Amino acid sequence: MKFLSILTIGATLAALTLTAANWTQFRGPQGSGVSDDTLVPTQLDAKAISWSVGLPGRGLSSPIIIGDRVFVTCSSGPKQDRLHVLCFDASKGSLRWERQFWATGRTMAHEKTSVAAPTPASDGERVFAFFSSNDCVALDLDGNLLWYRGLGRDFPNASNSLGMSSSLVTADGVLVAQVENDSESFTAGLDARTGDTRWKLDRPKKANWTSPVLLTEPAGKTVVVLQSTQGITGVEPMSGKVLWEYSEGASSVPSTAVSGGRLFVPSQGLTVLEPVAAGQPLKQVWRSGQLRPGTSSPVVVGDKLFSLNDGGVLSCGEASTGTRLWQLRLKGPFSASPIAAGNHLYCISEKGVAQVIDISKPEGLVVSEFDLGATNVLGTPSIAQGALFLRSENRLWKFGRRTGAD
Amino acid sequence: MKTKTWIVLGALSIGQAVWTLPAAAAAGSVIEALAAIKNVGPQGQGTAAAQGAWKRLSKEPPSVLPEVLTAMDGANDYSLNWLRSAVDTIAGTADGRLPLRELNRFLENTAHHPRARRLAYELIQRADPDGARRMLAAFLNDPSNELRRDAVATVLTEAGAAQGGGKKDEAVAAYRRALNHARDIDQIESAAKALRDLGQTVDLQQTFGWLTRWKLVAPFNNVAGVGFEKAFAPEHNADLGAEYESMTGKVRWQDYETKSEYGLVDFNKPFTQLKGAGGYALGEFYSDKAQTMELRLGCKNAWKIWLNGQYLFGREEYHRGAEIDQYRLRAELKPGRNTILVKCLQNEQKEEWTVEWEFQLRITDAQGTPILSSK
Repeated sequence: MKFLSILTIGATLAALTLTAANWTQFRGPQGSGVSDDTLVPTQLDAKAISWSVGLPGRGLSSPIIIGDRVFVTCSSGPKQDRLHVLCFDASKGSLRWERQFWATGRTMAHEKTSVAAPTPASDGERVFAFFSSNDCVALDLDGNLLWYRGLGRDFPNASNSLGMSSSLVTADGVLVAQVENDSESFTAGLDARTGDTRWKLDRPKKANWTSPVLLTEPAGKTVVVLQSTQGITGVEPMSGKVLWEYSEGASSVPSTAVSGGRLFVPSQGLTVLEPVAAGQPLKQVWRSGQLRPGTSSPVVVGDKLFSLNDGGVLSCGEASTGTRLWQLRLKGPFSASPIAAGNHLYCISEKGVAQVIDISKPEGLVVSEFDLGATNVLGTPSIAQGALFLRSENRLWKFGRRTGAD
Repeated sequence: MKTKTWIVLGALSIGQAVWTLPAAAAAGSVIEALAAIKNVGPQGQGTAAAQGAWKRLSKEPPSVLPEVLTAMDGANDYSLNWLRSAVDTIAGTADGRLPLRELNRFLENTAHHPRARRLAYELIQRADPDGARRMLAAFLNDPSNELRRDAVATVLTEAGAAQGGGKKDEAVAAYRRALNHARDIDQIESAAKALRDLGQTVDLQQTFGWLTRWKLVAPFNNVAGVGFEKAFAPEHNADLGAEYESMTGKVRWQDYETKSEYGLVDFNKPFTQLKGAGGYALGEFYSDKAQTMELRLGCKNAWKIWLNGQYLFGREEYHRGAEIDQYRLRAELKPGRNTILVKCLQNEQKEEWTVEWEFQLRITDAQGTPILSSK
């Protein structure tokens, strides 16, 4: 019994360590875009580049990092119907393996976006890659195929001619894939181990490019939070049961941020909601028209909230009240969402200008600005193991300290 | 002596049996694994069996690759991906031990699945890039669109070089060859533009093979999007002599012929720029035999399609973009006259990019080669 307890504690600690060191999904393991990593370089320049590699196709998904492996997706071919999942060595940048698949769903997308727009997710054992064609693939960390679902083929009217971009989340052994569009619109809960459909929830028939987030309710229960133009829906991961709804509308582009058990929803500007009791409707904490995000999703760092508007203006507000504290004009425009480590915010413009802002300064201060020499940089960066990983349409960089293996 | 011979023969047979058993077992195991993988279907069907099979298959040596590629013949889109990732995994461990002779033989057989052949080509290319490049010219009329594309790209490059060198006749001939063999839209447009720049005539409408002659009737009510689900009279009775009640009173079918190079059937032209309205287009296509083809549609409005009165597909999406061959629908054509009814709906958006109320349609084979009406 005692032995079992030690084993359990050991396994839990291992899982926690794994989570802390990894960047398992869009905007990190908590979906917050915030890392507690203190070793990430704040001076981005050529010297800070640990490595960079070309990618065999286009994409704007974020890289995810599990241990010493960086996973990234892209698509190629005249019809962008070749789907790539690549695994790089995080230390050296060398390619460990690559798998390719043929899209079974539609691959049409606006030229600015790409079939490889959704960010993959991992539960630590498996990597789940998702594409605008609604092809979903599960691989182990060594690239062995575990299952394949062609949701675009299974449901041929589930597509968007502009392209789709919702990223995946995993919770309670279920992979949640948002397939929301003007026509056949749904969200599916797939068994992470087998790919079987655990549940399929009809969703508003309206194009939607937002990504789901996970909220931990006061009782400790995890809720999948789906965002649409109609509002916010809380869903039980295992069953797909709708637990509560907020129906005052929300954006179809920037996604909700989660911090301190609250939801920072791009709704009527920005609306902050918090759960009151399990299964009960959320309570509105505050609402502000001054902190409205543009394409990028908001991020909450400690007691401050940051949002970037379409004009490239970064707004900082009090997370508890919504009072705007300061604004700072950056070099935009931005599609990538800002992410944070320590007192620094990392904002990457579409034109490839990586800007680091010291948010401890009274009005925010740009402490580093580096031109990647790339265009169409739409992917949100990732942080793991003291490094910043970011990708352009066709290149992947690691900025960070060099290890002995480098 | 006789006994000795029998003993020797017996020993040889046993030896051979012992030697061949593992190989036979392995072959059996590969066949079983491939069969399990080919059973994968929609909704994740067959995944449990395929998981174990894939694991076994992916540990096989590179010599099994032609067999895995051959299994792609007749495979559905789901199992193709399982097979493809097995090929990637096996080839990833090949360390230069790819069975090039067998792969070349596989590639030469155009009856194999086009995607499998392209994959074989890429494996060969990995081991012998120069040899692979030399093969390209032979793929100009290949059933694999990707192989064909690379061959056409080579011809376009040659044409450009000839043009740059002042050899106009040579350039024109090469561009024509590229245009005739290209199936990808960007290559067709590139060759056509180059030919026109050289003073040549190009009939793009015919190159794409649009259906250009239609009968149109409109407008039917689509305020608040009600028209998508509502079956208006032409859906029940597409009689060319019929008169229907519409938003504006009684209407009849009228002739329409598009002159657009891109085959656009533009409802705004005869019916003005209406909003919240739907229309029908009736076309005919004469086929010299019963055949399976593709209806290829481009449309940024909501639409439905019927072939010979049978509903094929519909999509309720407005103004998210349009492109050539945006939708590909399997079409069972009958010998003689076939009718194609298209319902095209405009919504009530007011932005300048929502003016279009149009579609384009062509009939092609699976590769995108246009099939023209025989009459």
